[in-house]
Amino acid sequence: MNPSAGTGAKCEVLFTVNGETKKVLAYPMERLLDVLRNELELTGTKEGCGEGECGSCSVLLDGMLVNSCLVPVGQAKGASIVTIEGLSSHASMHPVREAFLECGGAQCGICTPGMILAAVHLLEKKPEPTLADIREGLAGNLCRCTGYMQIFDAVAWAARRRVAQ
Amino acid sequence: MRSASLQERHIVGASVPRKEGWDKVTGASRYVDDVVLPGMLYGATVRSNVARGKIRKISFDSTVRWNDFVIVTAKDIPGKNCISLILDDQPCLASETVNHPEEPILLLAHTDRHKVQNAVDAVSIEYDPLPPVHTLEESERQSTIIWGADNTFKTFLVEKGDVDAVWKEAPLIVEGEYFTGAQEQLYIENNGVIAAFDPENGITVWGSLQCPYYVHKALMVLCGLPEEKVRVVQMETGGAFGGKEEYPSMIAGHAALLAIKSGRPVKIVYDRMEDMVATTKRHPSRTLHRTAVDKNGKILGGEIEFTIDGGAYATLSSVVLSRGTIHAGGPYYWPSVRIRTKALATNTPPHGAFRGFGAPQSLFAMERHMDRIAQAVGISPVEVRRRNFLKPGQTTTTQQVIREEIDLNHLLDRALELSDYARKKTRFAEENKAGMRKKGIGIAAFLHGAGFTGSGERYLNSLVGVEAGADGSVRVLVSSAEFGQGTNTVLCQIAAEALGLPYESVAIAQPDTTVVPNSGPTVASRTAMIVGKLVQAAAQGIKQTLTTAGLLGDACTPEDFRAACRKYIAARGELKAYARYEAPGDVHWDDEKYQGEAYAAFAWAVYVAEVTVDLTTYAVTVDDFVALQEVGKVLHPVLAKGQITGGVAQAIGFALYEKVVWQNGRMINNQMTNYIMPTSVDLPLIRVFFEELGNVHGAHGAKGIGELPMDGPAPAIVNAVEDAIGVRFHSIPLLPEDLFEGLRLESLEREATSSTRGTA
Amino acid sequence: MRADPAEYSLVSPGNLQAVLSLLAGEPARWLPIAGGTDVMVLYSAGKLPNQNLINIWNIPELRQIEVFPDRIRIGAACTYTALREHEIVSREFPLLATAASWTGGIANQNRGTLGGNIANASPAADSLPPLLVYDAEVTLISVRGERRLAYRDFHTGYKKTALAVDELIRDISLPRRFAGYFSHARKVGARNAQAISKVCLAGLAQIAGGMIRDLRLAMGSVAPVPLRLKDTERMLTGKKIDASLIETARKAAVNEIRPIDDIRSTARYRAAVAGNLVAEFLEKLAAAGMDA
Repeated sequence: MNPSAGTGAKCEVLFTVNGETKKVLAYPMERLLDVLRNELELTGTKEGCGEGECGSCSVLLDGMLVNSCLVPVGQAKGASIVTIEGLSSHASMHPVREAFLECGGAQCGICTPGMILAAVHLLEKKPEPTLADIREGLAGNLCRCTGYMQIFDAVAWAARRRVAQ
Repeated sequence: MRSASLQERHIVGASVPRKEGWDKVTGASRYVDDVVLPGMLYGATVRSNVARGKIRKISFDSTVRWNDFVIVTAKDIPGKNCISLILDDQPCLASETVNHPEEPILLLAHTDRHKVQNAVDAVSIEYDPLPPVHTLEESERQSTIIWGADNTFKTFLVEKGDVDAVWKEAPLIVEGEYFTGAQEQLYIENNGVIAAFDPENGITVWGSLQCPYYVHKALMVLCGLPEEKVRVVQMETGGAFGGKEEYPSMIAGHAALLAIKSGRPVKIVYDRMEDMVATTKRHPSRTLHRTAVDKNGKILGGEIEFTIDGGAYATLSSVVLSRGTIHAGGPYYWPSVRIRTKALATNTPPHGAFRGFGAPQSLFAMERHMDRIAQAVGISPVEVRRRNFLKPGQTTTTQQVIREEIDLNHLLDRALELSDYARKKTRFAEENKAGMRKKGIGIAAFLHGAGFTGSGERYLNSLVGVEAGADGSVRVLVSSAEFGQGTNTVLCQIAAEALGLPYESVAIAQPDTTVVPNSGPTVASRTAMIVGKLVQAAAQGIKQTLTTAGLLGDACTPEDFRAACRKYIAARGELKAYARYEAPGDVHWDDEKYQGEAYAAFAWAVYVAEVTVDLTTYAVTVDDFVALQEVGKVLHPVLAKGQITGGVAQAIGFALYEKVVWQNGRMINNQMTNYIMPTSVDLPLIRVFFEELGNVHGAHGAKGIGELPMDGPAPAIVNAVEDAIGVRFHSIPLLPEDLFEGLRLESLEREATSSTRGTA
Repeated sequence: MRADPAEYSLVSPGNLQAVLSLLAGEPARWLPIAGGTDVMVLYSAGKLPNQNLINIWNIPELRQIEVFPDRIRIGAACTYTALREHEIVSREFPLLATAASWTGGIANQNRGTLGGNIANASPAADSLPPLLVYDAEVTLISVRGERRLAYRDFHTGYKKTALAVDELIRDISLPRRFAGYFSHARKVGARNAQAISKVCLAGLAQIAGGMIRDLRLAMGSVAPVPLRLKDTERMLTGKKIDASLIETARKAAVNEIRPIDDIRSTARYRAAVAGNLVAEFLEKLAAAGMDA
């Protein structure tokens, strides 16, 4: 690989992260995942595979669930990003968080931030999901500890709680 | 805040909140890669790309500014160039010869994480290749010797009764050969450590790991440092399953060497591709059964040959072999048996610990073989098991007397009822007459011994501490690691209950070898049962101390306890109690003959799998799964259920999805896109049920359950497949391609048979 | 992560003309990146040869779905989620909407684009067989203007396309004449979600009086390119569906495809399953024909 053929400069990226305006200086091809974790020290978002398969790096980008390991930060200029740290302000967050604790949805915890993001995203789109909806909504988030059962319980529990509120 | 007497408190047995749960659901937990130390460098590993050879030359590409890098080779190792475990045969860094693909040779460190990764490709190594061995057959042929004198890490021989006598009289002899493949643990957090060194304090390693004291010992040997100059701290660990039992000693050793050479902290975190290609996997296995049975299907005796592939170095293969050996006979009564087992070397990265640890392999064979015996005799899979189940008072294959009132027939009855087995079997037989989707239902009955085998727990000599503060707060001191299974929660429950305190006032210290005693490794399903019992004892020791000091009566409230601690500590400075493992008097094990009480407790289970075989795609789907187990006591219902569902999910992967594709000893499907674990849309609802018989040796009567669920699903599923389509498979993983080939061969055989029969 | 971001550049001109000018100026140099679900995987694995990328995620013309009386035009940078959520796409082009729901999980569907799928040209891509049976047309643009190409002529070989080095896919248009057709698709992967297909089939047909009128069958992962099974279609059109025709169809399909052994599966398995999928399609078609 010839470095001079492609070397770029860092660029300024202005975006909103968890409701706060942030400005970072980063190479545009730095992964959003790394910018969140390193430049912004928001380490709640995790890397499990680096190839968009495990969902541990899930964040909300302009309201959409995305795998931040597959987003170059250069494409996130002006975007609004929500990570696990910023979910407290989300309507669904409290019931989802409580549900994961109540139902055993988190074991080792490494998939949990991404899984919670995916659950929140699902409940915003489908406030009364069926089991099939829950399965589909979480199909991009791999969990090796739970076998998913108690995560399904947690999302269903959270949905009931959320509707009740 | 009302105070309650000890009798009214039920912490053990309740689903209290996970101790570190809040941090996990808010993203606040700190895993290795979340930590950055000042001045920290990033490390990377240069690995071999041949299976076996002599290192001829190492070259460094001149376009890289190597002066900016820290470079470590075997020559830099201050102590012994090995990862000390059992046989100490595995080098930390290969110096002259490599014995497997991806064997570590050289280490690099740099301030820039990207540059150090790219620099790995800028190191070229030339080899003089040596002939490699890649299969069990090649290894046992011994025409090429790659390890020791005979490619054999370990053998065991278990004999009971007079096997040679049974063959002549036996109405029926049933034979079968069974295979299981390698399996990747696939914890979602890759292996990672941070190491720091200074000449005064020595080495400190923070890591994603299961066994701080294993790493501690390995670093002492590698770095040539005394005990007090090595410190190992376990960080929040994102899944382990055995994959972080022995492997962390290797990555910790690497980071430590770089830290020593550079004088700066060094972080090494693998990416997924490296973790999958270079670290341990479940031992592949081959089991040969030859069983003498009477015309009623009762086992008269038999021979079992169990062989596992250990990879290039011994590591833990002898212990995996041990457990596989002891479990090879299943939950059945063998009047006589000869079990011959061996662990062989091949030129592949060493295989290692993975949940179940040899038992899923030998139990797969046993449970498939039971169905085969049933067919040979002409009885049902249910009946053949009934006629052979161990009963209280009978002895296992290692001649351990079953002393508890376990009723396996009852367990089987209940599992059949819960799964609606009889009705479904009848219905499926009818429905399968038409259509492309064939349904089947299969069972597996099994056991799992908790704790270290035989004299193992005595050898571990675990020590546990409990500490009280002046405010009445309590801290559990163990080296047992939390990695999702609930160590923190369960041990705090036990301590709280023992002291009559609220769960909230008990905490657990982060496993740090300078703070906590060695309560043994977090493996072998021993933590709740064995360490839990010691925590209970140590907690009681705290109370004892206060009572002896006249500060506490027999019945005491949390307020009394608090006041007593305050007074005691004001007078004496600190309040700690320790409890050390004591082997039960009636547990005797003979290491030479491999006979006696192998485990302090067995958990027992019957699992039932319902499957659909789709003849359009040859895919097997599990539609329903019943997991019923007797576990002594359920200490925390939500956590216990989570262990079972998680283990069953991994075992479904083991049976149907997870194939390691090997090429010249190297895993080539080392990405999550092509190593397939089940997603949320692939698994049935896993229905979990418990029975509790208690257990004299475990805390509150608990037995170990972490690994149990790994043993049953695979044979239950393959039994169900046979029920569905009448084709016998004896090898897992059973992929659609394998099912297709099996059906194809079967139809070719049928054609051949009918054509040779010809016309009368 | 095996790439150094310092060695890469990503420019965001923000408008189509500027993107095309860059491509024209130094055509071999620039790689367009939309949702990144393919490009970023290669990049992270250290296997992306191009070091200069142009962001086309934010070009408005590429993200529209325009509905006309006789066709719809899908902007190349429309995501799978956009396809799934579009009323006309899900109603009149169910094979495409279904394929979109099969491509990765929700997070990848929110970023992956139809144009990216086409340009990446993997024969395993789920949305390509539907485009073949729907007679899709692609519009390719460059500074030299625009040209339309029948989608069936777009793939010229394994991962080779008719896209010129300075061209971008602007949109994919589908004629709105399949609403009354019977449609059925099936994907066979290693698991039920997040799986690269081992074999997949997308099919459309019209049946009248038990006889096949218009039959369109396309398969993925059975040839170097997504394949329309023209020979098989020809053999079956105008025939009545019965057991013997289904067997003929099965054999014809197996004859027409060229599957391989690879890391995911085997040629023999793929061939057998392909035959089964075609048989299954015809059985379902026959059943639907009875209800008609």
